[in-house]
Amino acid sequence: MPRGAFSAVGIAAALSIALTSCSSSSSPGSSPAGTGAASGKSLVVGVTSDPDTLFPWKATQFQAVNVLQNLYGTLTEFDKDLKVVPGLAESWQTSDDGKKLTLKLRQGVTFADGSTFDSKDVKSSLDKIMDEKTAAVARASLSSVKSVEAPDANTVVLELTGPDAALPANLATVNMAMLSSDDTEEKLNTTPNGTGPFKVKNRVASQSITLARNDAYWGEKPKVPAVEFRVIPDESSIVSAMQSGNVQLAVFNDPLVAQTAEGGGTITVTKTPQLNYHVLQLNAQHGDLKDVNVRLAIQCAIDRKQVLDTAALGEGEVTGPITAPLFKSDPNKRPCPARDLTKAAEYLSKAGKSGGVTVKTIVSQGEYATSVNEAQNLKAQLAEAKINLDLEVLESGAFVDRWVAADFDAAVALNGGRPDPDGSYGRYFTSKGNLNKVAGYSSPELDKLFAEGKATTDEAARKAIYDQVSAKLEENAPWIWLFSGYTYTATTAGVQGFVPMASGSLQYLRTTSVS
Amino acid sequence: MRLRNRVVSTVATLFGVAVLVFVMLRAIPGNQITAGLGTEAAALTPAQRQALEQYYGLDQPLVTQFFSWLGNMFTGNFGYSARQQQSVLDLTLHSLPVTFELAVLSIVLALLIGVPLGMLAASRTNSSRDALGQVVSLAGLSVPAFLLATTLLSILAASFGFNPNGQGFATLFDDPLLNLQQMFLPALVLGFGIAAPILRTTRTAVLEVRSNDFVRTARAKGVPERRLQVKHVLGNALVPIVTMTGLQFGYLLGGAVVVEQIFSVPGIGRQVLLGIQQKEYAVVQSTVLVIALAFVLVNLLTDVLYRIIDPRVRAS
Repeated sequence: MPRGAFSAVGIAAALSIALTSCSSSSSPGSSPAGTGAASGKSLVVGVTSDPDTLFPWKATQFQAVNVLQNLYGTLTEFDKDLKVVPGLAESWQTSDDGKKLTLKLRQGVTFADGSTFDSKDVKSSLDKIMDEKTAAVARASLSSVKSVEAPDANTVVLELTGPDAALPANLATVNMAMLSSDDTEEKLNTTPNGTGPFKVKNRVASQSITLARNDAYWGEKPKVPAVEFRVIPDESSIVSAMQSGNVQLAVFNDPLVAQTAEGGGTITVTKTPQLNYHVLQLNAQHGDLKDVNVRLAIQCAIDRKQVLDTAALGEGEVTGPITAPLFKSDPNKRPCPARDLTKAAEYLSKAGKSGGVTVKTIVSQGEYATSVNEAQNLKAQLAEAKINLDLEVLESGAFVDRWVAADFDAAVALNGGRPDPDGSYGRYFTSKGNLNKVAGYSSPELDKLFAEGKATTDEAARKAIYDQVSAKLEENAPWIWLFSGYTYTATTAGVQGFVPMASGSLQYLRTTSVS
Repeated sequence: MRLRNRVVSTVATLFGVAVLVFVMLRAIPGNQITAGLGTEAAALTPAQRQALEQYYGLDQPLVTQFFSWLGNMFTGNFGYSARQQQSVLDLTLHSLPVTFELAVLSIVLALLIGVPLGMLAASRTNSSRDALGQVVSLAGLSVPAFLLATTLLSILAASFGFNPNGQGFATLFDDPLLNLQQMFLPALVLGFGIAAPILRTTRTAVLEVRSNDFVRTARAKGVPERRLQVKHVLGNALVPIVTMTGLQFGYLLGGAVVVEQIFSVPGIGRQVLLGIQQKEYAVVQSTVLVIALAFVLVNLLTDVLYRIIDPRVRAS
C-alpha cells in the first residue's frame, strides 16, 4: 500500500479524534447559542419546525400556536383544567336576555413596544377578525357578535344576535389574540407585538426563535429569562439533543419516540390525555352511508381497544365524541360499546345490504404517526362484517384537498378537540356550521340542542345538553369515534414547574424554571 | 464554438429545469393556503379564500406566474418566503454556503476513505485486501444514510453525551470549532456513502492503468514502487476518479436533505423541503434553479480539471 494512502487514513483518524475531544468541552444546559443570555437558566425547547406564521389570527400550525401563545394575550384564558379564567378582561357579564356581553378590561397592560392596551385595541381586533378580508381563522367563532362597542377605555360591549355561552371560551384561543390597533399584519409578521409573558428577542429562520421575558407583563413574571424554540426537524434527534443536555423540554406525539426518550433514564416523560381524538369520519351524504343502519353496522363491527392497541401501542383511551374534561362523553353509552358482529349483521340486513358494502376511505400518510396502522386495523376488523374499507393512502397535501372538498366516503383522521363542545362540534354538525359540508350530517334535533347549549350558561345544565348531543351523534353514527391519545412532555433533570395541558398548549412555560 | 455550444446547452438545461419544477409543483395537490391551514381551510368563506389567493398571488394565470417569476429571477428577485419572512435570495445566501461546506467536507472524507482503500484493493486482486475493499464499498452502498445517521447520533448522544448538533447551528464564521464539530458527523455519513463508488472506480482504474506497457517500462527502468504507484498509476487513473467525484459533488448540493434533517443542518436541501411542505412555490422554484446552476458549474469545473490532470485532453 502506498504511503500516501496511509497518511490520508491517519489524517482522517486524527481529525475525528480531535473533533470528538473538542466536543466534550461543550457543557450541558448551556445558554442558547448566539443569544447571549446572561444567566445559564434559559430554557431550550426542542421543536420539529419553526412557526409557519407569526400572525396569530392565521396560525393553525401547532408549533406556531405554541410560540404565539407566549407572545400574545387574549381577553379570556384557559387554566390548567381548561376552565375559562380572566385574561386581558378582568371580568365579564352577560345581560339578562343574553344579548349583551360586557367586558371590563385589565388596566396598566402594555404591548411589547410599550404602547398601552385599551378598549380601542379590543374593538379594532374583533372588528378585523370578523372582516372576511382579514381571512382570520376564528371568524366563525364570532358569528353571534353583531357589533363591538368601546364606551370607555376599560370597557368593551359585545352586542350579540342571541345568547352565546361558548363565547368566553372562544375568546381564549390565540387566534383571538388582541393586537394593537396601530399594527398591521405585514408588521407583525416580522415584529410580533403582544401583551404576553414573553417577547421576541431573536429569530433565525428555520433554525430558532428566542423569546425573552416580558418584564412589563401584567401577570406573574416568567421564571426563565429566555426561552429558545430550537428547530430540530427529526423527533429522534430531539431525543438525542435532550440526552446530551442541549435541549431541556420537548413535546412528542409519537408514542414510540416517547418510549425511546424514557428508555435512556435521563429524561422524564409525562403523559397527558389529549383533547384531540382519532376518528373514522363517515360521509353520511355518500352512497351506502346515507343509510344510518350501514353507519351503525360499521360502529358495531369495530373493537376500538384493538385499534388503539395495534396502532398506538395501547397508548390512549377509548373515547366518545366529546373529549373536553368538563363535558366528557361516556364511551360506554353508545349503541355497541363492545364489538358485536351479530348486531352489525342485523344492521346491514336492515339496510338491505346483507351482501356487504364497500367504503372508499382516505388516509393521510405522514400527517401523524399512527394513521396508516389504524386504517389497516379498521379494514381487517370491518372485513369480518362484510364491510370492505377501500383504503386510499394519500400524501398529506392530497388528503387535505380531498377532505376540504368532502370528496370521500370515509376518512381516517386525527381531529382537534376544543375545551368547549360548541367550538368542537357546532361547526360540523349544525346545518349552518361552516364544516357541515365535510361532516355530511345534521338534524333539526342537533340544531336545537346546539342552540340550547349556546343559550345556557349554567355549567351542569350545559353538560346535560351536550350529553344529549353525544347520544344523538352516537345513535346516528355520522362518525365513528375511536380513541384519544396522549401528549408526551419530555423534560430533563432540573426543569420544574411546567404544567402540560390537554390542549398540548405550552402556556405554562411562564411558570417553568431551570436549575 | 465549443464555448457557445456549452452556453446554449446550459441555458436550455436551466430553462428545462425551470419549466419542469414549475409544472411539477402545481401538479402536487394542495397550495399554500391548504398547506398552511390544513383541514381548517375547509372553514374559509369564499371571500376569505379569495383574500388569501390574492395575498399569495394564486389568483394570477399560470403563464403570468411563470414569466413574472422567471423575469424577476433575472433582476435578482428570487421571490419571498412568507413563512420565513425573508427573500429567497437571502435564504439561499445563508443555506448554499452551508451545503457547499458540507459537500466539500463529505467529498474530502469520501476521498480519504475511497482512494486509499481502492488502491489497496487493487494492489492484490482477490486477496483479503480486495475483500476488505468490497465489504466497505458494499456497506457504503447498502447502508442507508438515514439509518447510519440516526444510529450514530443516538449512540453517541445516549452513551457519551456527544451531540454538537443539538446546539444551535453555528456557521464557519460564527464559531469555526463548533461548526466543524457539527459538520463532522453529517459529512462522515455522506462521505461514507460516496466513498463506495469512489473506491470501486479507483480500484478499476488502477487495475486498468497498471496493465499498461508504460507501467512495466517504468518498473523496468527502476522507478521505486511507491513513486510508481502514486505518480504513474494513480496519476493516470485520476480522470475517472475526478469524473465520479464531480458527479457525487453535484448530487450532494441538492441531495443531502435527509442527513440535513437528521443533523439539523440548515442547508439548501432543507430549504427546498420546507418550501415543498409549505407549497411556497417561489422558494422551491428559485432554489432548485440555483441547485441546477451549481450542478452545471461543478460539471464545468470537472471538465477544467481534466485539462489540468490529463495532458492528452489539453493537447486536443
